[in-house]
Amino acid sequence: MKVIKIDKNDWTRGIDKSRETYQLFGPVTDKNQSVFKQLGKEAYPEMGRTDTIMSPKSVLFPQTEKILTASLDESVENHHIMQMPETDTTPRAAIGIRPYDAKAVQLVKLNFDTPEYRDTYWCDAYEATTFVGLAVNKPSATDFSTSMGSGPFAEEGLDILLVDLEDHYLAKVLTPKGEAFLDGAGFNGVADTDASLKTIEGMKQAAEAAITTKVPTDKLKDKTILDLHSAPFWDDLAFSCINCGTCTFVCPTCWCFDIQDETKGKSTSRFRNWDSCMSPLFTKHGSGHNPRGEKTQRVRQRFMHKLKYFLDKYDQGSMCVGCGRCVEKCPVNIDIRSICNTMNSYEPQK
Amino acid sequence: MNTYTEKIRELASNLLREGKVDLVIGFKEGTVPMATAPGIARTPEEAEGFVWDVNCSLNLTNYLTNKKEKIGIIAKGCDSRSIVNHIIENKISRDQLHIIGVPCTGMVDKNKIRGLFEDEITEFKEEGDAILVKTAAKELTIEKQDYLRGNCQTCMHRNPVIHDDLVAEPVVEQELEDPFKDVKAIEAMDADEKWNHFENLLSGCIRCYACRNACPLCYCPTCFVDESNPQWVGKGQDPTDIRTFHFLRAYHCAGRCTDCGACEDACPMDIKVRDFTRKLVKDSFEIYGWEAGLTLDQRPPLDTFKPEDPDEFIK
Repeated sequence: MKVIKIDKNDWTRGIDKSRETYQLFGPVTDKNQSVFKQLGKEAYPEMGRTDTIMSPKSVLFPQTEKILTASLDESVENHHIMQMPETDTTPRAAIGIRPYDAKAVQLVKLNFDTPEYRDTYWCDAYEATTFVGLAVNKPSATDFSTSMGSGPFAEEGLDILLVDLEDHYLAKVLTPKGEAFLDGAGFNGVADTDASLKTIEGMKQAAEAAITTKVPTDKLKDKTILDLHSAPFWDDLAFSCINCGTCTFVCPTCWCFDIQDETKGKSTSRFRNWDSCMSPLFTKHGSGHNPRGEKTQRVRQRFMHKLKYFLDKYDQGSMCVGCGRCVEKCPVNIDIRSICNTMNSYEPQK
Repeated sequence: MNTYTEKIRELASNLLREGKVDLVIGFKEGTVPMATAPGIARTPEEAEGFVWDVNCSLNLTNYLTNKKEKIGIIAKGCDSRSIVNHIIENKISRDQLHIIGVPCTGMVDKNKIRGLFEDEITEFKEEGDAILVKTAAKELTIEKQDYLRGNCQTCMHRNPVIHDDLVAEPVVEQELEDPFKDVKAIEAMDADEKWNHFENLLSGCIRCYACRNACPLCYCPTCFVDESNPQWVGKGQDPTDIRTFHFLRAYHCAGRCTDCGACEDACPMDIKVRDFTRKLVKDSFEIYGWEAGLTLDQRPPLDTFKPEDPDEFIK
């Protein structure tokens, strides 16, 4: 294990140097809102931010992405034949991604990169990306990542873990990709490994201890889907939901999308857009029938998918990483922590 | 506990105990600072969970649409006007409702308060007209009056216009020199400035439709943006489609919007969507002398025709 020490006075210079090889993405403030997006030439990642409203999932999975395109002009060759547009798969780096968001990328990967199907767009972007994580020294009150198989210093899915020590970062080099990024940025001051790891371990324990919200998920696995599905609490839990898409759009693991064709003049394009299971249109069939026509059914779907179906299908924990964004942003304060508690402690009446 | 909370609990419990309503819709305590959660009570015991504070910003009328039960509902001035709209538009009948009116002195702008701090708010406590706000790094006492939402600053109907009970004596209505200062500032812009203003306004929109879904007026069974056959609007992040959604939604609210601010409250990206509807509120007032939701006895100007209706715009 190699640990690199990065003096904060060298940070800007290194970031600029890394731009020669990488397109950079990171947390920035846009109209007072903290978002994770591609950095302009003059922009630097805001490493001091607690969190971004929008998760970094758009680095690999843009909200709107052109996936195919065709000409409708019969005088040109290959007209009416859909082709992949040119996509940019040059190296990119997600700087300051939080450990729970990096874990989320690994969960999303289970969907986009399977033994049967490989989603070219997502997978190419994934392979091009170096994940430069930033440990969370002070977890927010809505952070419950330690209950969800991640944590403020978790390393899963990261190439580098940066730990902020006021005047410098300690960078834990986790993969060759991470090492290449640090080389490219000119960050090469090797720190004393043992001493650094000890410092990091101490900070890790303090940060984990600062997360006081514990959300038990231990009993979910042994419950039957039908018991939970027909539990009596869903109507009450769903009452206040206004069925907007906020929770699904801010969520780092919500991966559902919708395909749309748009034609203008002689050219046509196929897009994929983020979709939301909160929308009635999400499951509306061509026949007009809608299997999830009622609000309660849609709310139940979101939580069952996150906390039960995913667990049963992949056996990799729940599809929630405990970032707390939906808790923070839900306009009616629907709190996945209490819903998870309700589901976990539910005992059906026999 | 503040007196409003006490009174709401008492009135709601009584209604349920006496069987006058099947359920009461109100606000319950939130799980994070500056949050409340709309909730229902079906028993007097459940009504003990209701609260009232400066974060009860959403408009509960949103939960009335097409309900069949007999309902008790908590309503601020603006909410009561939305209830009037709902009755006029036949979404619910007056007989089905028992309105617990709340004379309101305004709700706070959460984003403005968050903007005072670098780190997250861990405690938020109302003490009369002052509010104590704490984060890990600092502690501030602020005056509620300085942090009111935009719509509360210009509100002319703080007292419920329709109610069966009131939780307190009516409050004094605000006297404003010019309630439409904000709209006039935009009207005074030239075409380019206006274009830039609205383009900038919508640049952060993620099309989650929280504004629409929090709005008590947006009860269409299928919104035009959700129509798929034919499809009127593109679904992606193309700015033209985003604008189309916001422009059309705003126009659907003309003569109906009570400026309750639920749209802005719900927006996760802090987009000031009232910049659209405010203009329509002003036009309704100036052209027709109309303020939405003040009376059950008059049809709104945009669903009636009168020969003397102003028509300068087509000359």
